[in-house]
Amino acid sequence: MGDKIIEIKHLTKHFGEHEVLKDINFSVKKGDVTSIIGSSGSGKSTLLRCINLLEIPSGGEILYKNQNVLEMKNIPEYRSKVGMVFQSFNLFDNMNVLQNCMIGLTKVLKEDKEQAKKEALHYLEKVGMSPYINAKPKQLSGGQKQRVAIARELAMKPDVLLFDEPTSALDPQMVGEVLNVIKTLAKEGFTMIIVTHEMAFARDVSNYVVYMNDGIICEEGTPDKILKNPEKEETKNFLERFINI
Amino acid sequence: METLPEDFIGRIIFIIGKYGTTLLNGAGTTLAIALVGTFIGCLIGFIVGIIQTIPINKSDNIIKKVFLKIVKLILNIYVEVFRGTPMMVQAMFIFYGSAIVFNIHMDMWVAAYLIVSINTGAYMAETVRGGILSISEGQTEGAKAIGMNHIQTMIYVIIPQALRNIMPQIGSNLIINIKDTCVLSCIGVVELFFVTKTVSGAYYTVFESYTITMVIYLCMTVFFSKILRIIENKLNGAKDYSLSTTDTLAYTSRMLKYPKKEEKEWETK
Repeated sequence: MGDKIIEIKHLTKHFGEHEVLKDINFSVKKGDVTSIIGSSGSGKSTLLRCINLLEIPSGGEILYKNQNVLEMKNIPEYRSKVGMVFQSFNLFDNMNVLQNCMIGLTKVLKEDKEQAKKEALHYLEKVGMSPYINAKPKQLSGGQKQRVAIARELAMKPDVLLFDEPTSALDPQMVGEVLNVIKTLAKEGFTMIIVTHEMAFARDVSNYVVYMNDGIICEEGTPDKILKNPEKEETKNFLERFINI
Repeated sequence: METLPEDFIGRIIFIIGKYGTTLLNGAGTTLAIALVGTFIGCLIGFIVGIIQTIPINKSDNIIKKVFLKIVKLILNIYVEVFRGTPMMVQAMFIFYGSAIVFNIHMDMWVAAYLIVSINTGAYMAETVRGGILSISEGQTEGAKAIGMNHIQTMIYVIIPQALRNIMPQIGSNLIINIKDTCVLSCIGVVELFFVTKTVSGAYYTVFESYTITMVIYLCMTVFFSKILRIIENKLNGAKDYSLSTTDTLAYTSRMLKYPKKEEKEWETK
C-alpha cells in the first residue's frame, strides 16, 4: 500500500445539458496500473482529460498528493507532473523526434540543452526510437509516433502517466509495439492510468480495472475479478463482446 | 530636344536609354516600400492575430476579461477600418489629415511605409488568425500535457506551424503590395508609377513607357512568387525518412517470422 497520488471525489462533468460523468470516485496509488474499460461514450476519456485538466470538471474534487488541483494556481506545473499520451499522438509536427522530446525539458523544466538532449535520448532509446531522432512526425508510422509520444512524456519524469486509448488508431502490428513499451513501463513500476479497448492487455498489465458505463463506475477490482468473474450484468454484457481474453 | 524614332521598338529602346536608371530607381523605391511594408505588416498581423486568439475562460478574473475584451474590440475596429477602406484614401487621409488636424508634418517616406504596413497588418491579422485556427486542437493539447503555458504553446508549437500554412498568403500580400504601392503616388512618393507618369509626359510616349513599366512590375512579381515557392518547399522538408539501422521493436508483435536482413531492404530503402 503506497501513498495515494491521485484521488478523485464525487467528480462530475457535463457538456451543456449532457451529463458525461456522474459522481466518480476512485484513487490511484504509487505504482498502480489502472485500466479503465467501457464502451465508447461511457465517459472514460473525459475522466482522463479531467484528471489532466484538459477538461475542467463541473463538480467534485481531484486531489494530487492531497492537494486539490482545481484550486491550484499553476496548472501548467501540475500538468507537467501528470503526463498524457493521446489517441492521435499529438506530436509537434514542426519539430523532429528529438526536439519533440526535448522541448518540455528545456522550456518547462528549464534544463540546459546538453542535459535535455541526454535525457531525451535515454527515453527515446527506451522506446526503441533512437535511430529516428532526426525524423519529422509525418515521416513516421503510427506506432512509431506513439512511442515517441510516450518518450516525450517520460522525459518529463511525471508521477503519473495517463494513456487515452493509446492504440485505438493503430493496426494490430503497431498495437503490439506500443503495448510492449507500456508493459515494460509497468514492470518498472510507473504509475499509469490507461483507457483501453484491449482487454487482454488490461488483464496482463494492470493491477486494477475500472469498468465504466454511462458516466459512472459500474464495477471495479482486480483484473481477475472484473475480466473473469464480473458480478454485474452490464459488465458481463460488455465483456461478452470480447472473446479470448 | 532629341527626335523620337519612328517605330515602336525604337522608341522603347530610346526611352530605356534615356530614362532607364530613373525607371529602375522608381522600381527600387516600389520594392523597398513593398518589402518593408509587408514585413512590418506581418509583424503587426502576428501580434494582432495572436491577441485575437487568446481564449477568454470563464474562470479568469474580471479585470483580465474586461481588459482582453476591450483590446480585442479595438483591434477588431482597426482590422475592419483598414480592410474596409481603399489604401489610396487612407494615404490621403493620414498624410494630409495628420498635417491639418494634428499639425504633424509627416515625412513622405515615413507616411509611405506606415500606410503600407498598417494596411498589410489589417489583412495579415485575419490571415494569422485563420492560420492559428487551422492548427489542430491536438497540438495545443499535446503542448499543455507536457506543462507548457499559453505563450510557450504559441511560440514553440502553434505559430511555427501557422507560419508555414500562411506562407502562400504572405506571398500574395507581398505581390499585392508591389502593385499597390502605385497608389502612394497620390501623396507624392516617387515610385515606379510616378516615374512612369513623368517619363511618358516628357515625349508623349504613353504606350511605350507603360509597356516598359508593365514588364518591370511583372518581373518583380514573378520573381518574388518563385522565391516564395522555393521557401515553401524548403519549409515542407522531405516526405520520407531513410534509415540505415532497422527499428527492431517494430517486429516484435504478431509477426509470424522475423524478416531476414535482405528482406528488410524495403524498409530501409
